[in-house]
Amino acid sequence: MSLNDLKPGQSGKVISVAGQGAIRRRLLDLGIRSGETIKMIKAAPLKDPLEISLGNGHISIRRSEAALIEIKVVS
Amino acid sequence: MNDRRQIKIALAGNPNSGKTSIFNGLTGAHQKVANFPGVTVEKRVGYRKYGNYDIMFVDLPGTYSLTAYSLDEKVARDYIINMNPDLIINVIDSGNLQRSLYLTMQLIEMGVDIILDMNMWDEVMENGIEIDTDKLSKLLGAPVVKTIGSRSQGIDRLLKTSVALIENGHTDQDEVETESEARTEKETKEETPSSEKGRRRRRRSMHDYHRHMHHRHPPVSYGPKLDDVVKTLSEEVDHSCHGCRGCGNPRWLAIKLLEGDQEIKKRCIPSEKENIALTTRLEESVEHIKTTTNEDPEMVITEGRYGYVAGIVREVMKQPPRDRMQFSEHIDQLVTHRLLGYPIFLAIMWLIFQTTFKLGTYPMEWIDAGVVMLQGALASIMPAGAISDLIIQGVIGGIGSVIIFLPNIVLLFLGISILEDSGYMARAAFIMDKLMHFLGLHGKSFIPMLMGFGCGVPAIMSTRTLESPRDRILTILIIPLMSCSARLPVYILFTGAFFGAAAGNVIFAIYIIGILIAVLAARLMRKTILKGDSLPFVMELPPYRQPTIKSVAIHMWERTKIYLRKMGGIILIASIILWVLGYFPKKSEYSIDYETQIEQYRFLESEYSEQKIAELEAARATEDLDYSVIGRMGGIVEPIVSPLGFNWQMGVSLITGFVAKEVVVSSLGVLYQIGEEHDEQSETLIGVLRDPVNGISKLGAFAFMIFVLLYTPCVAVIVAIKREAGWKWMWFSIVFQTTLAWVVSFIVYQGGHLFGL
Ligand SMILES: Nc1nc2c(ncn2[C@@H]2O[C@H](COP(=O)(O)OP(=O)(O)O)[C@@H](O)[C@H]2O)c(=O)[nH]1
Ligand SMILES: [Mg+2]
Repeated sequence: MSLNDLKPGQSGKVISVAGQGAIRRRLLDLGIRSGETIKMIKAAPLKDPLEISLGNGHISIRRSEAALIEIKVVS
Repeated sequence: MNDRRQIKIALAGNPNSGKTSIFNGLTGAHQKVANFPGVTVEKRVGYRKYGNYDIMFVDLPGTYSLTAYSLDEKVARDYIINMNPDLIINVIDSGNLQRSLYLTMQLIEMGVDIILDMNMWDEVMENGIEIDTDKLSKLLGAPVVKTIGSRSQGIDRLLKTSVALIENGHTDQDEVETESEARTEKETKEETPSSEKGRRRRRRSMHDYHRHMHHRHPPVSYGPKLDDVVKTLSEEVDHSCHGCRGCGNPRWLAIKLLEGDQEIKKRCIPSEKENIALTTRLEESVEHIKTTTNEDPEMVITEGRYGYVAGIVREVMKQPPRDRMQFSEHIDQLVTHRLLGYPIFLAIMWLIFQTTFKLGTYPMEWIDAGVVMLQGALASIMPAGAISDLIIQGVIGGIGSVIIFLPNIVLLFLGISILEDSGYMARAAFIMDKLMHFLGLHGKSFIPMLMGFGCGVPAIMSTRTLESPRDRILTILIIPLMSCSARLPVYILFTGAFFGAAAGNVIFAIYIIGILIAVLAARLMRKTILKGDSLPFVMELPPYRQPTIKSVAIHMWERTKIYLRKMGGIILIASIILWVLGYFPKKSEYSIDYETQIEQYRFLESEYSEQKIAELEAARATEDLDYSVIGRMGGIVEPIVSPLGFNWQMGVSLITGFVAKEVVVSSLGVLYQIGEEHDEQSETLIGVLRDPVNGISKLGAFAFMIFVLLYTPCVAVIVAIKREAGWKWMWFSIVFQTTLAWVVSFIVYQGGHLFGL
C-alpha cells in the first residue's frame, strides 16, 4: 500500500520510494526513505495535500507524490 | 598596511532553523526574519568588527541539501565553492537534529570548516531532549555552541568561537604555505593578470584544502566498499583537474559525480573526448555500485549519509525527543480544519486590511493636519514667486500627499510579518495548494504571491525557491496582480473621497479582484504560453512560534526606512519634475484679460466681487496649466483615459506612477495644487476630487482603482522581472498588464454606466 492509504493517526514504515530525479531526491533529503516511520496527521481541507509527521517535524506532501511511497502499516 | 584582517563567515542551515535570527544577532543588521521555508532567497550580508577582525557575515538560503535541483541549494553551494568563506556557521535546529545533520554532512564533504550552532536550544530543554554536545563536537571534529536565536542568547560565544577557530586554523599557516608554495606560485602565474587579490585568494583556498587534508573533520563514511570507490574516483578527479581547487574539494566532486549531479559533471567533464580517463573511471564506478548493491549510486549515497547521521544521533541523543508538534497540531485542528480553514484564512486577511485602514486613519489625520499647517506657515513667511511655489506646491504638495500613508504601510507589514514569523504562512500554503494546483502552480507559489501584497520586488525574488523555471515565470508574471502596499495610498485616497464608511470593504474587494484576475490569467497562460505540469510540492510545516517583538519591529522599521527613502528620493524628484513641467512655459496671452477684470472687481469690494475674483483666478490657473508641458501631455492622454472616466490629471498621474505607484497620489497632489493659494482653508485632495466641476464620479474612481491595480508594474518590479525572467517576460508583463488594465477599467466604467451607476 502507499502512503495515501494511511488513515489519520495511523503510522507506517517506508518500504521503498519510487520516482526519479528532483522529486525522489527531495523526498530523500527530507528524510523520507526506507525504514523511516511516517505518521499520517491529516489531509488539507480539499483532501490534497497531506500533512505527515516524520522524525520530529511535519511535512506537507501531495497525493501524487505520496503515491510513490510504499509503506507497511505499523501499530 | 593596516593589520586588521578581513574574514568571511557564511551561515548555512535548514529553512526555519533560525539562521536569520542568528544573523541579526551577529551583525545587528536590519534584515527580514520569517518563519517560512525559503524566504531568505538572496544572500544577505552584514558586517561586524571584532578585535582585530572585520568580519563579513553572509546569510545563505535555507536548504535541506546541496543538490543542483533547486536554485536555493545551487546558490548556497556555489557561494561556498566560489567565495571561499573562512568558516561556515552551520545553524542547527536542535529539535530536529537528524535532518539538520544531514546537511552538516554535506558541508563537511565540501571541505569547509564549520562550527555547529545548536540553535533552538530552549526547545531542546523544554521538550526534555538530552544531547551530548561534547560528544557531538568530537564526532564531527567541529566546535559546538548552543544558542537561542530568538532571544539573542549565546551569540557572543558563537562569535568568540568562530574567531578562535579561524585564528587557530592559521597558526599552522607557515607550514602549510611552504608545503604548497611551489604549486601555488605556478598556478597564480597562470592566472592573468595575477592580481594581489587573486593570489591571496588562491593561497587561502589552497590553505583551506590543506587544513582538510589534516582531517579536522573526519570524512563522512559510506561504509568500506563505497569509501574505496569514492577514494579512487576522487584521485582521478584531482588528477584530471591538475590539482586546481577551483571547483571544490575532489572528494566532494567525486561524490557528486557518483550522484549524477549534472552541473558538477559539466564542470569536471566538459567534454567526454578530452576527459577520457575520468569519464571511464566514473562509468566503471557507477557500474560497480549498481552491480554490488542493486541500487543506483544516488540512492546508495543518500542512504549511506543518513546511516552515518543516524549513527551519530544514536550516540549523542540520550533522551529521544518528545513530539514538539503537539501544540501546533492543536492549533492546526482549527486553522487547517476541513470546513473552518478557509473562513479563518479569509477572516485573518480581512482583519489585516481592516486594521491597516481603520487604525491608520488616526495618525493619518495628524500628519495631514501637519502638512497643511506647514504649507500655510511657509506661505506666510516666504516671498511669493516661483521658488516658494516650487517648495509649497511641488515639494510639500507632492511628498505631503504620500507621507500620510506611512502609518497604513507600516500596519500592513506588521500583519504580514506576524503571519510569516508565526508559521501561519506555511499553513496558508498548505490549504491553498489544491487551489493553486488548479492554476497549474503549487502551494509554494502562494507565499511569493502573498508577499506580493507587501512589495513585488522581494516577492519576485522569493520565487527562487521554486524548482521549475516554468513555475517561476508564471508566478513572477502574476505577482504584480497582487496589490502591493504602494498602491494602497491610491485606494485610501479614492475610497476615502467616494465611499465613506464602506471604504474598508471596497479596498478588500479590490484585492479580491486582483486575485481573481491573477487566477484567470494564470490558467490562461498555463494553457497557452507556459504549457506543462508544475513540479511536485513537498514542504515543511514548521511548528508555530510566537513572533518576537524584536523581529517584527526590525521588519517594520525596515519598511519605514524604505518608504522614507522613497519619499526623499524618487518621489521628491518626480514631484519637482512634475511641478516644473506643470509650471512652465508661462502663458503670456490669455483668452480674456484676467488682470484688468480682477482689478475692476477688487475696486468694488463686495462679497460678490470676492467670489468673482476667486473664479477668475481659478480660470487663469487652469489656462496656465493647460498651456504647460504637462497640460499638453494631458491633452494627449485624455482621449485615451476619458472612456474610463478619468480626467487628464489622473491620466498624467498614471504615467508618472510608473516610477513608483505612490507617485500617482503625489502627482495628483502636485497637479491639483499648482497655482493654488495656500492657507488653512485649502481644499484637501479629497475635496478636489469630489468637486462637481473638476472632479470625477464614483464609478470613475472605482475604475481608476482597478486601473492602478492592474496596469504596468513599477520600475523596481520591472527590473526584478528582467533580472529573474529576462527581457522577453519583462516586456510581456508591461504590455499585458497595461492592456488588461485598460480593458477591465473600460468594462467597469462603461458597463457601470449602462446599469445606471
Ligand atoms: N524558540 C526559538 N525560536 C527561535 C529561535 N531562533 C529563531 N526562532 C524563531 O524561529 C522562526 C524562524 O527563524 P528565522 O530566523 O527566520 O529562520 P531562518 O528561516 O533559518 O532564517 C522565527 O519565528 C524565530 O523567531 C530559538 O533559538 N528558539
Ligand atoms: Mg531566513
